[in-house]
Amino acid sequence: MTMTMIFGIPIQALLGQLLVGLINGSFYAMLSLGLAIIFGLLRIINFAHGAQYMLGAFAGYLLLSYLGVGFWAALILAPLIVGLLGIVIERLALSRLYGIDPLYGLLFTFGLALVLEGVFRYYYGVSGNPYAVPPLLAGGTNLGFMFLPNYRAFVVIASLVVCLGTWLAIEKTKFGSYLRAATENPSLVQAFGVNVPLLLTLTYGLGSALAGLAGILAAPVYQVSPLMGSNLIIVVFAVVVVGGMGSILGAIVTGYMLGLAEGLTKVFYPEASNIVIFVIMAIVLLVRPAGLFGKDA
Amino acid sequence: MTSSNPLLAVRGLHAWYGESHALHGVDLDVHEGETVTLLGRNGVGKTTTLRAIMGLIRKRTGAITFRGADLMHLPLHGTARAGIGFVPEERGIFVTLTVDENLVLPPVVAKGGMSVEDIFSLFPHLKARRNSPGGKLSGGEQQMLAIARMLRTGVRTLLLDEPTEGLAPVIVQRIGELLATLKKSGMTILLVEQNFRFASRIADRFYLMEHGKVTAGFPVSELEQRMDELHAVLGV
Repeated sequence: MTMTMIFGIPIQALLGQLLVGLINGSFYAMLSLGLAIIFGLLRIINFAHGAQYMLGAFAGYLLLSYLGVGFWAALILAPLIVGLLGIVIERLALSRLYGIDPLYGLLFTFGLALVLEGVFRYYYGVSGNPYAVPPLLAGGTNLGFMFLPNYRAFVVIASLVVCLGTWLAIEKTKFGSYLRAATENPSLVQAFGVNVPLLLTLTYGLGSALAGLAGILAAPVYQVSPLMGSNLIIVVFAVVVVGGMGSILGAIVTGYMLGLAEGLTKVFYPEASNIVIFVIMAIVLLVRPAGLFGKDA
Repeated sequence: MTSSNPLLAVRGLHAWYGESHALHGVDLDVHEGETVTLLGRNGVGKTTTLRAIMGLIRKRTGAITFRGADLMHLPLHGTARAGIGFVPEERGIFVTLTVDENLVLPPVVAKGGMSVEDIFSLFPHLKARRNSPGGKLSGGEQQMLAIARMLRTGVRTLLLDEPTEGLAPVIVQRIGELLATLKKSGMTILLVEQNFRFASRIADRFYLMEHGKVTAGFPVSELEQRMDELHAVLGV
């Protein structure tokens, strides 16, 4: 095949990096979506989100190594386990922090993340543990201009389905209308007879489960390591800020956009690829402090 | 009517906003099927009384009973489930929810509520705008929606906080007719209203509030002879 060039860059390299960007963006979108849902309703900045993502990956890894449970079952079980753990955390601790300085919620979840990561680092070290791609999705497809690993295509599609599904659930269902109304005025929703404390618990469980799902999806792409979440979470917070705190659609769209921006930067100016998201964040904060999709700009 | 047990009884109700002591021992009764209006100047505690009955203000002491059952120890969502509907000050329409979503948001708590179709035949304006966000409605439409969404839940008791505030006379007229219809259907209503000419058309009794207390109570038949006193107290 002849080398096609765009702006002096081989098109294969460009598309390859765009794919990497799209995959990273898929994880940014799923994680920032969960953060946005939790922040919107609970007003808690969930610093444990990265650790919950790590727990999702480890749940898959441990289920496989100790119980022989494969990827497809883990795809259901890992989010369930992380979601249930989230529910326990909310009932035991977070629910006692509502209505006081948001700093306490931030400190608690930050401490929780350190504890979880510390425990896993103690038992599993810092080096990653490989998690095999499920046989059904092994190999790849030659698209003519590039080789597309099947599993990575699956991750992109799965993330789109998860993001779209979550967005529809929030915009179109009864549960979603409770969630949106309670985001506006929780005490009035409760005065109408809705059990808002339960709604908060379920919402934290849902946000945690989304992080767990992203984690199990990430296991075959990145490796399963105790620090995989803390490496990612800072970028994801930047995504949430760029999208607009609490904006569901903003979190999704910005997640993919910034993943792609990062991929493009790797092609054109690789030295900046690690900071490009933060440069974009700084610019957005200067020009539109409420974020691209924030309401009170 | 006052001889039977009251449906809603408030005794010695105190309430606080943080350190600020807002209610100083409110006593009032509302009997089944009655429409009772709280009158008083701004800041005397009328809205606070409704919010404390609903449980929206948690820092409160005293006794509140509804159908003989204690309301003080219920969680906030328990008051609505006991059968009390709430139409808050400034209407409390959820601006990001559509008219439809606002209408079906409050859970049904008792049998006998109206269906969505019945409600829309009563409020054709709302039907035409059922897919609009609540934030795009006019003040009058929002007030209609705030009352309409309670009619679906099957509650037979309504607390209404200044339903005519800031609305055009023609809308005030329509709200008056609506409340009269509800009253005729047997609804029990506790109303906070600045506009006592409006209130006098539907109320059976009045309570006058001053400095976080109920200072007088009288039936609508005494309204004329108390006009001078009311003008002095209300400053109208």
